Amino acid sequence: MTTPSILPLELRAVSFERDRQRLLKSLSVRIAEGPRTIIIGPNGAGKSLLLRLCHGLIAPSEGEVLWHGAQGRDPLRFQAMVMQRPVMLRRSVAANIDFALSLHRIPRPQRRRLIAEALERTGLGAFARVPARVLSFGEQQRLALARTWALRPQVLFLDEPTANLDPAATHVIEDAILAMAREGTKIIMTTHDLGQARRLADEVMFLHRGRLLEHAEAAAFFAGPENELARAFLRGELLWWERRELTPPGTRV
Amino acid sequence: MTDIGEAFAAAFSLVYHLDRDLGEIVLLSLQVSVGAVAVASVIGLPLGAAVALFRFPGRGAIVVVLNALMGLPPVVVGLVVYLVLSRAGPLGVLGLLFTPTAMVIAQVFLVTPIIAALARQVIEDMWSEYEEQLRSLGATPRRALGALLWDGRVSLLTAVLAGFGRAIAEVGAVMIVGGNIDHVTRVMTTAIALEVSKGDLALALGLGIVLVALSIAVSAAVALLRGTLAQAQAR
Repeated sequence: MTTPSILPLELRAVSFERDRQRLLKSLSVRIAEGPRTIIIGPNGAGKSLLLRLCHGLIAPSEGEVLWHGAQGRDPLRFQAMVMQRPVMLRRSVAANIDFALSLHRIPRPQRRRLIAEALERTGLGAFARVPARVLSFGEQQRLALARTWALRPQVLFLDEPTANLDPAATHVIEDAILAMAREGTKIIMTTHDLGQARRLADEVMFLHRGRLLEHAEAAAFFAGPENELARAFLRGELLWWERRELTPPGTRV
Repeated sequence: MTDIGEAFAAAFSLVYHLDRDLGEIVLLSLQVSVGAVAVASVIGLPLGAAVALFRFPGRGAIVVVLNALMGLPPVVVGLVVYLVLSRAGPLGVLGLLFTPTAMVIAQVFLVTPIIAALARQVIEDMWSEYEEQLRSLGATPRRALGALLWDGRVSLLTAVLAGFGRAIAEVGAVMIVGGNIDHVTRVMTTAIALEVSKGDLALALGLGIVLVALSIAVSAAVALLRGTLAQAQAR
């Protein structure tokens, strides 16, 4: 890939509100090319929202999302996302990938090779002609990954791609993610599975109640996070929406 | 009660003897209504999908009007089309009045709102599921629209069938713009209306039975098509 990267990605004081609730609070971060970024945090921390904001599916209520390397190009064209519950079109497995490629204006002769390769890499080669909606949940997740793989994105967002998958299916997905990272795709992924975060992360962002509490290198983070809540999260404590024992009486986190 | 018995006898004899006039009337009925539904689908399906997808000022009003137009009175539509196509009307020079084409035009106005309104509902429900995925993949609104219409094909077939039901059963519009001319613009419903006014209730009901049978046949054919489509998706 010789086209210059759209990275780094910078969020400047990004907030997101819905129904008068501040779900993301003044979040500033710079995400650079290279390391696999894993966003962790309890449910409701705002992980999915953050991904969708970065990907441009929703607009921030305040602040800016900047792709510093975009240089006037449409950054969306160089990104892809695997949703928590990916939507498959009511057509065959191969046709689902073909549709995505055609949206990216990839000429037909090239598509066939890209489709075959993507199916091969995700172990779906035998399913090319099968209607996508018939696939099991795990297979659909692999197809979602194959669909993004074929697009050769510079940045790949993954929103809890292995939630509700068994270990075998999780293993296949993780392998595919690592393979894409090796080929130069920047991985930005959410998970609430700490084991998975340890396996995949080069750097970790810890999100809690709409705030970015820590952004650190994976080794350092897992050795001992600076943030009190992150330490509690790593110890496996359940983080409640209100974790009063950690705050002096009368104040709010 | 004897009328009903006679009606079934009349219907049976019409079909059994392969009455040539009946064949002609049935064929014209199908031609007009299928033609109108085809045109209305080409207009109504993308129209409904567009209203479902795009947010623009006045959209709410369009949805209300579209839903209201589903109940458009056929005689009123017939009258308006009549006035437009009549000699003195703006399109009088085309000489379309009292031709099957005029009947198709009138039915297109009746059927398009039904197909568009039902398609809007189907596509809008799908859009809430598909929106982020399609935008993430980089779909332009036009491509998204096409993908949704194709993915909704099974449900949309029902919308088209509803439109056909309206067209084949409607008498007011085709009577006014067609004129119920024997061998030219006589269709099932106008023939029934004529026999009723002549007092031949048995024949009228017999024709009615044939018409209902025809509707069931079309509906069955669509069900079969739906089954094949659904199976192709689910296999």
